[in-house]
Amino acid sequence: MTLAISIQNLAKTYANGFEALKGISLEVQEGDFFALLGPNGAGKSTTIGVISTLVNKTSGSVEVFGKNVDTHVYETKLDFGVVPQEVNFSLFEKVRDIVMTQAGYYGLPRKLAEQRCEKYLRKLGLWEKRDERSRTLSGGMKRRLMIARALVHEPKLLILDEPTAGVDIELRRSMWEFLTEINNSGTTIILTTHYLEEAEQLCRNIAIIDAGKIVENTSMRKLLNELDSQVYILETTSRIPSGFDLELDNASLEIVDEHCIEVTVSGGLSINEVFALFSKADIKIDSMRNKTNRLEQLFLSKLESND
Amino acid sequence: MFSNHKYIAFETIVRREIRRFTRIWLQTLVPPAITIGLYFVIFGNLVGSRIGEMGGFQYMEFIVPGLIMMAVIQNSYSNVVSSFFSHKFQHSVEELLVSPVPNYIILSGFIVGGMARGLAVGTIVTVISLFFADLEIQNLFITVTVVLLTSIVFSLAGFINALFANSFDDISIIPTFVLAPLIYLGGVFYSVELLPPFWKFISALNPIFYMVNTFRYGILGASDVDVTWAFFILCVFIVILFTSCIFLLRRGTGLRT
Ligand SMILES: Nc1ncnc2c1ncn2[C@@H]1O[C@H](COP(=O)(O)OP(=O)(O)OP(=O)(O)O)[C@@H](O)[C@H]1O
Ligand SMILES: [Mg+2]
Repeated sequence: MTLAISIQNLAKTYANGFEALKGISLEVQEGDFFALLGPNGAGKSTTIGVISTLVNKTSGSVEVFGKNVDTHVYETKLDFGVVPQEVNFSLFEKVRDIVMTQAGYYGLPRKLAEQRCEKYLRKLGLWEKRDERSRTLSGGMKRRLMIARALVHEPKLLILDEPTAGVDIELRRSMWEFLTEINNSGTTIILTTHYLEEAEQLCRNIAIIDAGKIVENTSMRKLLNELDSQVYILETTSRIPSGFDLELDNASLEIVDEHCIEVTVSGGLSINEVFALFSKADIKIDSMRNKTNRLEQLFLSKLESND
Repeated sequence: MFSNHKYIAFETIVRREIRRFTRIWLQTLVPPAITIGLYFVIFGNLVGSRIGEMGGFQYMEFIVPGLIMMAVIQNSYSNVVSSFFSHKFQHSVEELLVSPVPNYIILSGFIVGGMARGLAVGTIVTVISLFFADLEIQNLFITVTVVLLTSIVFSLAGFINALFANSFDDISIIPTFVLAPLIYLGGVFYSVELLPPFWKFISALNPIFYMVNTFRYGILGASDVDVTWAFFILCVFIVILFTSCIFLLRRGTGLRT
């Protein structure tokens, strides 16, 4: 199987001395839908910047479909399209001109460029806006315009830097559908995100990056299996007797005070079984909440194991 | 992918540049026409009639070539520096940097864009000048070549300015503090024959002096400089500036972090 991207020991130290990438290695198979997940400042955009040549790397190597981006500048660039995190088209130009200009940069003859321009503007719901100046678009439309622009030369690899940040739920769903469709038709997709749910919905493989290091690189399925332990905080109306225990294999608890208890549930155990034991012991539960969101939990466990 | 990719990319950049300055024609084409029209009225007509002759010609005839050249220089420079800097400022330059367009095509596209504006304004000014003076071009070849080469030189210079610029101030500093003095002291308004030896020598170090005078030679048939030498200087400038631009683009100065 060919690799769409192969990154080896990539390091980047910015001019101010900041080490944004500390030697990361990453491989993405052709046809994959790959997530690069990480908190703010982790180095996601820097990594994409290096692939797309906007950031000069300090050391390491990047290959796109088996070709080095330094020595095969021309071929590698034809093979990918990038949707950046921030708006980077001219705000004074018309929607159609922006896409047509991009097509020109990739050498598409005018006729073909016009067809593709219409095709992708329609797909992304922007065809009605084609003659508007881009600054009049809403935030979500601007993002879709950047997706249309990245697709006009029909690259084999599409890289999206937080495509759904600041996009409403409905639009996010339709973007997810669109990306899945593109991926099903054979385009390799790499996207960065802050949302585990997004990666979970879309991606088959995932790398987690934090502070310039890859802390996990695995399949989505494996990761979710690891993740199935949940911590709940239960507030009770009745007092919790000291020494109270659930005596269940997949649940442990910690008494915070006489009206509050933390229960960790794992291994597919249903929270209902926990509740049943509580009512058996005559403890009334007033409220329940998740202690951490799953992403936070995931990061904590990954970072702990990396320290 | 496509055999004529480079040509298509080049044409795309040029189209985009021309579209930009024609879209904002009120800022790009009209002001220089008005300013230089005023020069014709004030210096050529009103003051000029008192000056009499300059370098063997009516004062009006003398300054027309200089003012056309001034328009070409300022507008070529200004088009490239504003356009390229604004692409940097809005990050739309990333569209080009991420795409497979070679550096020399990017550069050539912007230069031809600068030339298009320089020549457009130059033409407008020439048409206006016809209301004030009867010009008979003495040597068409020299006139056209020197205008084209000068326009290339200042488009390149504007490009370098834009690469190094980090703010809108940075794109007005050079035109104000370097370009304007060089133009005004470059023999647009007077013949160096009037100057004392020291200032004559200083003028000889000003490249614009050669361009203006060669252009004047093309139109009027007489000038303060050796035309061959002037063409040589122009070519040297083009080679040096073009090479520097390519070097800076390759290094990513002001563009890649
Ligand atoms: N030009 C620069 N000069 C200096 N430091 C930089 C530069 N660009 C980014 N950094 C730093 O590098 C680190 C990684 O930045 P990067 O943009 O790659 O993060 P990210 O993972 O994309 O974050 P986010 O999710 O917020 O977009 C950050 O600490 C950032 O401050
Ligand atoms: Mg980012």
